[in-house]
Amino acid sequence: MSRNRLFNPALLPLAVTSLLFVLTFGYGAVAYTGFLSSQVFLNLLIDNAFLVVVAIGMSLVILTGGIDLSVGSIIALVTMVSASLVEHHHWPVYVVVPLCLAIGAGFGALMGCLIHFFQLQPFIVTLGGMFLARGLCYVISIDSIEITDPAYMAIAHHKIMLWGENFISINVVIALAVVALGVFLAHYTRFGRTVYAIGGNERSAVLMGLPVGRTKILVYTFSGTCSALAGVVVTFYMLSGYGLHAQGMELDAIAAVVIGGTLLTGGVGYVAGSLVGVLILGVIQSLITFDGTLSSWWTRIAVGVLLCAFCLLQRGLEHGGKRQLATT
Amino acid sequence: MKAETMPQPARFALPAPLQGLTRRRLFWPCATLALLLIINGAFNPNFFSITVKNGHLYGALIDILNRAAPLMLVAIGMTPVIATRGIDISVGAVVAICGAVAASLIGGTLIIQNGTPVYVSQTPMALALLIALGAGLLCGLWNGALVAGAGMQPIVATLILMVAGRGVAQLITEGQIITVYYEPFFIIGNGFLFGLPVALYIVAAVALLMLLLVHRTALGLFIEAVGINPVAARFAGLNARRILIMVYAFCGVCAAIAGLIVASNVKSADGNNAGLLMELDAILAVTLGGTSLAGGRFSLAGSLIGALIIQSLTYAIYSLGVPPEINMVVKSVVVLTVCLMQSDSFRATLLQHLRREPR
Repeated sequence: MSRNRLFNPALLPLAVTSLLFVLTFGYGAVAYTGFLSSQVFLNLLIDNAFLVVVAIGMSLVILTGGIDLSVGSIIALVTMVSASLVEHHHWPVYVVVPLCLAIGAGFGALMGCLIHFFQLQPFIVTLGGMFLARGLCYVISIDSIEITDPAYMAIAHHKIMLWGENFISINVVIALAVVALGVFLAHYTRFGRTVYAIGGNERSAVLMGLPVGRTKILVYTFSGTCSALAGVVVTFYMLSGYGLHAQGMELDAIAAVVIGGTLLTGGVGYVAGSLVGVLILGVIQSLITFDGTLSSWWTRIAVGVLLCAFCLLQRGLEHGGKRQLATT
Repeated sequence: MKAETMPQPARFALPAPLQGLTRRRLFWPCATLALLLIINGAFNPNFFSITVKNGHLYGALIDILNRAAPLMLVAIGMTPVIATRGIDISVGAVVAICGAVAASLIGGTLIIQNGTPVYVSQTPMALALLIALGAGLLCGLWNGALVAGAGMQPIVATLILMVAGRGVAQLITEGQIITVYYEPFFIIGNGFLFGLPVALYIVAAVALLMLLLVHRTALGLFIEAVGINPVAARFAGLNARRILIMVYAFCGVCAAIAGLIVASNVKSADGNNAGLLMELDAILAVTLGGTSLAGGRFSLAGSLIGALIIQSLTYAIYSLGVPPEINMVVKSVVVLTVCLMQSDSFRATLLQHLRREPR
C-alpha cells in the first residue's frame, strides 16, 4: 500500500483533466491567433458560469452515489418563473431571486424525501422531477419571455474590471462563490464527510450512526438550490425565460463532474475537479468556435468521447485499486 | 403468462376473491389501459367506432395503435435490458442515428423515366434499411461492450452514447433535416396492409419473435437470473456477459426499427429532434407494464400495454381539451405514482394508514 501513499489514485483523473485542459488551451494558443489571451480564459468562465453552479450541486449528489437529472429543467423553470414575475407582474429582483432559490430548494428537498423515505431510485425520481419542472414551464407559457427590467439589465451588463481591459461578469463571482462553498462543504465539514461515507458504503454509514437520511435529503436540496441559482445566472446571461432553456444540461453537468474526476459510483472525487471539468467542456467549445470550419455537433461528439475515456480510466483505476469482482 | 412461477409474499390485504385477480401481473396495466379507454370513450362518442375508408381501417383506436408503434418497439427492446437490472438511455439517440442513416442513404433523386418524372433511391432500399439496422446493432453492441466488457454502470455507459449519439446523427445529416422523396420508403410508417398499418405488423413480428425466444427457450430464465443476481448467475454456469451484450444489442436493433418507422412517418430525418425524450417514455412504458426497475422480473406484454397506456393518455389529454403543455406534468405524476406503488416502504406506510382510519 506504500505505492498508494506516494501517489493517490483518486487524484489521477483530476491530474489528467488538468493536464488535458492545459494541453487543449495550449493547442488553441498555437493554432489560432488571439486564443492566448486572458480574456478568452475569462470568457470561458463567463459563458459557463451556470454550468459551474449546476456541476457543483451535481458533484455532491454524485459523491453520495446518486444522480440528479432534474437540473436542466429546474433552470428552465426558474428562468420562466422569474421572467413572468418580472415582466408580467413587475416584481423586483430582490424578491424574485430568493423566491426562485426557495423553489429550487423545495423541489430538491421533495425529491430527496422521496428517495430517502420510500427508497426509490434517484434516477427515476429525478426523472419525474425533470418531467414535472419542464411541464410546469409550459404551464406558465409556451413562448419565450424577454426580460426588459432595468435592474436585470443592469446586473446582466455589469462588468467587473480586472487588470487591463479584462473583465468578468457578476455571474462569474456567483459561480466562484458556489465553488468555494461546495469545496468547503464537501471537504471541511461533518456534512461533507458524511456525504463521502454514504457514497463509499451506505450501509456502513448507517451502521456508524451517521445521519444518512438527513444528509441525503440535504444533498438533493443543495443540488436543487444550485440549479435554481444557475437558473438565476442563466436569466442574467440570456435576459429571457424559455421552457427550452438548458435542454440536456443535466448531461453536460454529469459529464463535467465525471471528467473532473468524481467517481459515478460515489465516494471518490474532489468538488473543485468539477470546475476543471466545466472548463474542459468550455475550451472544446471555444476551439470549435475559433476554428470556424467545424460544426457545433462536434462538441457533442467530443464530450461523448471524453466522457467515455474518463469512465474507462475510472474503471481501470477501480479495478487496479481494489481487484474486486465487479458485482454491478 | 408465467406470472405464477414465483411465489409472492402477500403484501396486500384485499378481499379474497379479488386477491387472485389483482395478483396477476398484467392486471394493473390492463386495468389502467381500460380506464383510460373508458375515459376517452366518455368524452369522445366516436372513440370506439372503426370505419373502413379506401379499404383501410380508420378510427381513434387504430390511430393510437399506429402512433404507439415506435414506442412499443423501443419498449420491447428496453424490457430485457431493465430485466437485467440495467437501463438504456441512449435509445432516443439511436432512433435519430438510424433514421438519419436510412434517410441519407435513400434520399431520392428526381429523374425523367418514359417521359414522367420519378423519384429513385440513391441506394437500393433493402440495402439502406439493412445498413440502418446494422448501425442500430452496432450502437447496441457498443453499449453492451461498455456494460458487460468494461463493467460500467449501465446508466453511465449508455449516457455516453446519449450525449454523443445526437452529435453523430447530426454529423450524418450534416445538421440539416434530410427529406426523403422515395415512395416505397413511406410504406414502413404510413402504409396499410389488409386494412391495418404496416408498422403494426412490424411490432407484432418483433414482439412475437421475442415472446417465442423468451418463453420457448431458456433465454427468459437466463435474463431474469442475471437480473436477480449476476454473480450467482455466473456461478450457476451462465455466461452473464454474453447475455448482457445480446440484450443491449437487441435493444439497439429495436430502436433502429423504431427509427425507421419514425423517419418514414415524417418522410424525413431530423438529427436533433427524432426520438427526443423517447428513452424516458420507453422506461415509463416498461415500468407501467409491471416490470420492476430493480430487475429480475419482466413482462413483454406488459411493456406493450404500457406503451399503449402512454399513447392513450396523450390522446385523452388532447381530446379532453387540456392544453398539450400539461402532458409532461401528467406524465411526471404518473411516473412518480407508479414508482411509489412499487416501493415496499410506501405500500407499508399506506397500508398502515388505511388500516387505522376505518376503525
